[in-house]
Amino acid sequence: MTTANETNSVKGTDANLGEPLVEVNNVKKYFPVKGGVLKRKVGDVKAVDDISFTVYKGETIGIVGESGSGKSTLGRMIIRLLDPTEGEIRFDGEDITNLPQRKMRPHRRNIQMIFQDPYASLNPRMNIGEIIEEPMLIQNMFTKQEREERVVDLLERVGLGAEARKKYPHEFSGGQRQRIGIARALSTRPQMIIGDEPVSALDVSVQSQVLNLMEDLQDEFDLTYMFIAHDLSVVKHISDRVGVMYLGRMAEIAPKDSLYDKPLHPYTQALISAVPSTNVEEKKERQVLEGDLPSPSNPPAGCPFHTRCPEAHERCKEKRPELAHMGEGHYVACHLYTEPGEHET
Amino acid sequence: MSNENNEALLEVDNLKTFFYIDDKVARAVDGVSFSVHRGETVALVGESGSGKSITSMSIMQLIPSPPGKIEEGSVKLEGKELLKLSERQMTKVRGNEIGMIFQEPMTSLNPVFTIGEQLAEPLVKHKGMKKKDAKAEAVKLLKRVGFPRAEETVKEHPHQLSGGMRQRVMIAMALACDPKLLIADEPTTALDVTIQAQILDLMQEIKEKYNSAILMITHDLGVVAETADRVLVMYGGQVVENAPSKVLFTEPKHPYTEGLLDSMPDVGDEKERLESIKGTVPPAHNFPEGCRFAPRCKYAMKECTEAVPELREIAPNHQVRCILYEDRGGEK
Repeated sequence: MTTANETNSVKGTDANLGEPLVEVNNVKKYFPVKGGVLKRKVGDVKAVDDISFTVYKGETIGIVGESGSGKSTLGRMIIRLLDPTEGEIRFDGEDITNLPQRKMRPHRRNIQMIFQDPYASLNPRMNIGEIIEEPMLIQNMFTKQEREERVVDLLERVGLGAEARKKYPHEFSGGQRQRIGIARALSTRPQMIIGDEPVSALDVSVQSQVLNLMEDLQDEFDLTYMFIAHDLSVVKHISDRVGVMYLGRMAEIAPKDSLYDKPLHPYTQALISAVPSTNVEEKKERQVLEGDLPSPSNPPAGCPFHTRCPEAHERCKEKRPELAHMGEGHYVACHLYTEPGEHET
Repeated sequence: MSNENNEALLEVDNLKTFFYIDDKVARAVDGVSFSVHRGETVALVGESGSGKSITSMSIMQLIPSPPGKIEEGSVKLEGKELLKLSERQMTKVRGNEIGMIFQEPMTSLNPVFTIGEQLAEPLVKHKGMKKKDAKAEAVKLLKRVGFPRAEETVKEHPHQLSGGMRQRVMIAMALACDPKLLIADEPTTALDVTIQAQILDLMQEIKEKYNSAILMITHDLGVVAETADRVLVMYGGQVVENAPSKVLFTEPKHPYTEGLLDSMPDVGDEKERLESIKGTVPPAHNFPEGCRFAPRCKYAMKECTEAVPELREIAPNHQVRCILYEDRGGEK
């Protein structure tokens, strides 16, 4: 197991990244697993297991990982839809980890979320005007007239037009619903938007419309984005920095170009090489990983990736690697880089 | 097409499948023709509502009727007309000669039976094997798709397996009777990217080993580029472009194909800003007049809305359904 001082952390050594907006320090989220007739706790699913990183103002940070890597749980903790088991989350300098829901509410206007399923995330009984107005009402923001003007303004801004406000969600296609979700998220003038797979349910031609819209809105409103997705191509397109998660841990985090051009972690390397590309002229060598993702309720000891890693050695089975700075904001959690040569003895 | 001298394994000609809902007619598949040869992987690509899945279900005759009906056309497997077969004869073709893999490995397996029982069933049914032999064969099949401990896996239930493993079971099942053609409808869409790579490799390997053919239905152009020899792009129930994979990805001709490729972020090809195709895919009961892509097309002209353009050969093995290539010898 781990000792208390082991962390998976990225701390402010990158002066050029600007001011931190969200600081995540040693955050863990364990979900209890109950079993037996008495429904006693028999273990934990370690969805997020000791992660630290910083989101800087104005950037887009992409979080990629396969199913079960903990990326959605991480996003939900930052917006406090889930409470961390351990650790600290700071937003704009203030510790929001243990704020009661009542005190959390004023913060919610600053961090909004857009969800994957545009069909399930809009209330079918409310018209679009009411849907977009609701967060402002809850936050007690603006006068009634101002709110109405804002609804019209936002609908224009996301490309739907004012007449949409009298309609209901079922009258819109998937891409249009995602635009409604974005307008709703923008209504409270947030500083940050967390998108949890915001374009995965959309067709390619519509997906690019929504991605372009998100980029335009970021410029216009100075937004900070956290973009959680499993699609590495989409994340590469939209992000400034990208973090790669594996089994509740951050395997690597780096500026986009550095991560995609020179991935250091064997998992990142395999992941990137497995992404199908339409570039038929330059066929790359595909590196196929063996085996499946281990269960997060019973993650391997040491490095969580060692069971599938082509470079694994003895050390990896025993000691969990920590994130280490490799220069230029590139962090990797792998013994190959932090303790070179040691495994050869 | 690519090898005219030997007969096509699957030949689909002017297939039309319509759905009758209330008093509307949805022309989900509207005059689709193509062929698949042995050893070939052909991909049907398109967005939701393009008719790609209905095409594959029509080939298998799995269209729910009513409301659906195959109105016209022919589907020949090694020269044998499938649309004239009785339901009983067709059941024999499915499984024996054509294997199927679906998107959702979670829902395509029966949760109350063991993997072994589910694998043995088609062997008993289609091949007339004894139960005991079928069970032994099930273990062999699992080994073929890469299960290291197949002897134990046959005794397990679907919930004990991961998504990737379930999809392997589905492939094993589809292969049980050595089909000549494998129809795979979004076989890797529900899977993680590292697992997707394993499954795509496995399908390729099996195709080469048994000289069968694959008809792959997918919306993922990346998967197509990695696996297909030939690509049919569908839009509004019709094939709008048919070309060898290499040609399609380097020189797309139809404005829709071009738009799709430009709107896709790609790890191997950085784009500053994505292009997008305006609007959305029209519903099948309300296709526009003339070219179905015209309302979204950046090259659209008045003539485009007058008649549906024909699918024309503009180069060997390359067909396009667009007025820009009519009577102009392929010049835009």
